[in-house]
Amino acid sequence: MVGIVGYGSYLPRYRIKTSTIAEQWGDNADSIENGLMLTEKTVPGRDEDTVTISVAAAKNALARAGIDPKLIGAVYIGSESHPYAVKPSGTILIDALGIGPEVHVADFEFACKAGSEAMFVAYSHVKSGNMDYAMGIGADTSQGAPGDALEYSAAAGGSAFIFGKENVIADVIATYSYTSDTADFWRRDLQMYPRHGGRFTGEPAYFKHVLNAAQVTMEKANMKAQDFKYAIFHMPNGRFPLKAGKTLGFTDAQMKDGWIVNLMGNTYSGSSITGFSSVLDILKPGERVLLVSFGSGAGSDGFVFEATDQITKVQDKAPKLRDMLENNRIYLSYGQYVAYRKKILFND
Amino acid sequence: MANSQRYTREIPHRFRFEGQKFRDGYVTLANRYISPESGSKEFESINISKKGKILSYTIIRTPANDYKLLSPYAVAIIETSDGARLTAMVTDSKFEDIKIGADVELVFRKIKEEGHSGIINYGYKAVIIL
Amino acid sequence: MREVAIIGVGQTKFGELWDQNLRDIFAEAALKAMEDAKIDKIDSIYVGAMSGGLYNHQEHLASLMADYIGQSGAAGARVEAACSSGGQAARIGYMEVASGLSDFVLVGGVEKMWDTDDSTFVLATAADQEYEAYNGVTFPGLYAMMAQVYMQRYGLTREELAAVPIKNHKHGKNNPYAQYPFEIDLKAVLNSAPVADPLRLLDCSPITDGAAAIILAPLEIARKFTDKPVKIRGIGAATGPIALHDHKDLAKIDSVRISAEKAYKFANVSPSDIDFAEVHDCFSIAEIIVAEELGFFDYGTAGKAIAEGQATYGGKLVINPSGGLKSKGHPVGATGVAQLIEATLQLQGRAGKRQIENARLGLTQNMGGSGGSSVVHILEAI
Repeated sequence: MVGIVGYGSYLPRYRIKTSTIAEQWGDNADSIENGLMLTEKTVPGRDEDTVTISVAAAKNALARAGIDPKLIGAVYIGSESHPYAVKPSGTILIDALGIGPEVHVADFEFACKAGSEAMFVAYSHVKSGNMDYAMGIGADTSQGAPGDALEYSAAAGGSAFIFGKENVIADVIATYSYTSDTADFWRRDLQMYPRHGGRFTGEPAYFKHVLNAAQVTMEKANMKAQDFKYAIFHMPNGRFPLKAGKTLGFTDAQMKDGWIVNLMGNTYSGSSITGFSSVLDILKPGERVLLVSFGSGAGSDGFVFEATDQITKVQDKAPKLRDMLENNRIYLSYGQYVAYRKKILFND
Repeated sequence: MANSQRYTREIPHRFRFEGQKFRDGYVTLANRYISPESGSKEFESINISKKGKILSYTIIRTPANDYKLLSPYAVAIIETSDGARLTAMVTDSKFEDIKIGADVELVFRKIKEEGHSGIINYGYKAVIIL
Repeated sequence: MREVAIIGVGQTKFGELWDQNLRDIFAEAALKAMEDAKIDKIDSIYVGAMSGGLYNHQEHLASLMADYIGQSGAAGARVEAACSSGGQAARIGYMEVASGLSDFVLVGGVEKMWDTDDSTFVLATAADQEYEAYNGVTFPGLYAMMAQVYMQRYGLTREELAAVPIKNHKHGKNNPYAQYPFEIDLKAVLNSAPVADPLRLLDCSPITDGAAAIILAPLEIARKFTDKPVKIRGIGAATGPIALHDHKDLAKIDSVRISAEKAYKFANVSPSDIDFAEVHDCFSIAEIIVAEELGFFDYGTAGKAIAEGQATYGGKLVINPSGGLKSKGHPVGATGVAQLIEATLQLQGRAGKRQIENARLGLTQNMGGSGGSSVVHILEAI
């Protein structure tokens, strides 16, 4: 069967606490932490961007796949923070990792869903027989405007997945996408920060697409909530994915290992797929995972995976997500944070 | 300054650490024609190791304008495990952990941006392995 | 080969020369040198300058300067070897006179560094652009990395390192051309702003505008122009890797040792014969390493010897009586020529309050980059 042969993630070491941001704006830290269920988030270093995060994640995926990089036939990076408006992130990545030049490369954008979209296309290539291996990556150094609720969640990180037919560690059992034009969240060209519809981002946007995608994906796989060991839903904050999961009949036990948003924040294109990566780190043969992304604008991709006997052979071949999430953290002040994120005007 | 062509030319060295190992054992990241050790002209192309040790280091507090936003930052002279010598910035590490003899790993990072509209320069920086 | 003498010298004040442009300062120094030599025509001009292009957007310096000192028609070219450009220009001028090709050669050095706001970038072009400067290293950074290795290996203290700029400022106090003609104390050095650990601002030579010029002529006719010609008794120059990481030993500078060996052999003298030296103290650690490579002190001992007073008046030999690059200033292309001027003045007995008694043999050492080039001259009073 076609499935994942290698996966890898990367999170920057820098963090800012919810309480640090709340203090800056005179918000009540406790109510924010409880309301959004976020205690801290990742911040990219001054020398990190979507490309460097993607390279680090893809390097880990290649280490787990143990294949010659030249065999990879396609690389797609999904992000809403590609460093160039015109010039692909993917070309930089392939030359850094020794992939190509015989490779199909494209950058994707679909708000927080671009990463799962990249996986979807990579998987489809292999399934169709176009190529033996294809890589889908989701990574972001997302921006939230100072003082906006998004500032508490917009974080940095990413994950990469290599699809293939041999030595598969997790088979793809089913896929499904659910998409409509819904103006819940957007960023116009040349604008630094996104805008959003406040509570409109909830029921008509996030929940409508996530729940529809999840239900049909499970139907296509002929499975119910109890057939899964883990379920991961896109994590714009801590509360939405737990509510979506509960509505679909999932328990906290099925969701807690992929629910990393309280410490990571929302890594946009790298959000749900990095939760999935943290689950792959502990997944056992035969166990199944439901992954449902969400991207504003809006749409959701659903995947059902089932681990093979191969999975335990690759888990230790690259750094694990929980280690990156919980160790070697460097905390920033709000002043350092705005300088790191270039939220203040610098001279030329 | 139009540096995009110059930048593109260096990608094999900067992105993939493509270097040379001469017959006398001399390893170099920069392309050379003759080994400075023995004068040997025979070499094989190798990918230089991304692990090494710090031979010396400093904390730069008055950088050139292109690097001002990173200041203060550490740079180090590193000997890789296969014997190549190179100069790199040290990132994601506490200054007090940077010492002569410290182990490092080289990671892919943004080196600098050529203003607001120029190209973004990538390359390798060292991270201290504790 | 003919023997060659210095028959005239001239220089500008070193410092922040806001009212004079590049050609103004060169002309001032060159015309003073010609006046000192009592000549009104030269056969050839060599201009040592590191980067007229980046500092002033002006290349083609020899022709420009020849025109502005009334010598259009003379042969001329700019000579560049980073901070050793001036010393290298003098070596070319020497060869031209020694060979018999020319009788009167003007060797000038000039740099107008305050015309840019990113001197750190310009100076770093003397390092390896693709493999050093790209990764953010600066010149103070390179010498700081030498200092780290030296201090750790030999146990040199931060206080002992400070003895170099303190001594040089003491000397420079008596130099009317110096950029900073005043003394500094240990507290000032240790409290000055950190630049590249362990180096602080007062370990570093300054950014300087300035020009210097000398007139070379065959020794056999030199007495027609001056009572006290100074003979260039020996020259040695050497290149080295321009990337510091390519130095086999980070606390040594091979090009200095090789250039010195060549000069001593040429002049048939040894380090112990030298009465004083003008050396390239671009950073405090540089003077220490250079003093060892020149053979004045054993490896690992120069720092402590300088701290103990062995490199000032009354010590083993006076190093940098002019104040060195640190106090006198370091207009990079002019520095090598200014070193030759100080040596000439000392050997002619014209050094005023800085005069070293019975100075007969002086050495100058001018360095490019982190040791990518070094040129040594040995001068003798006749």
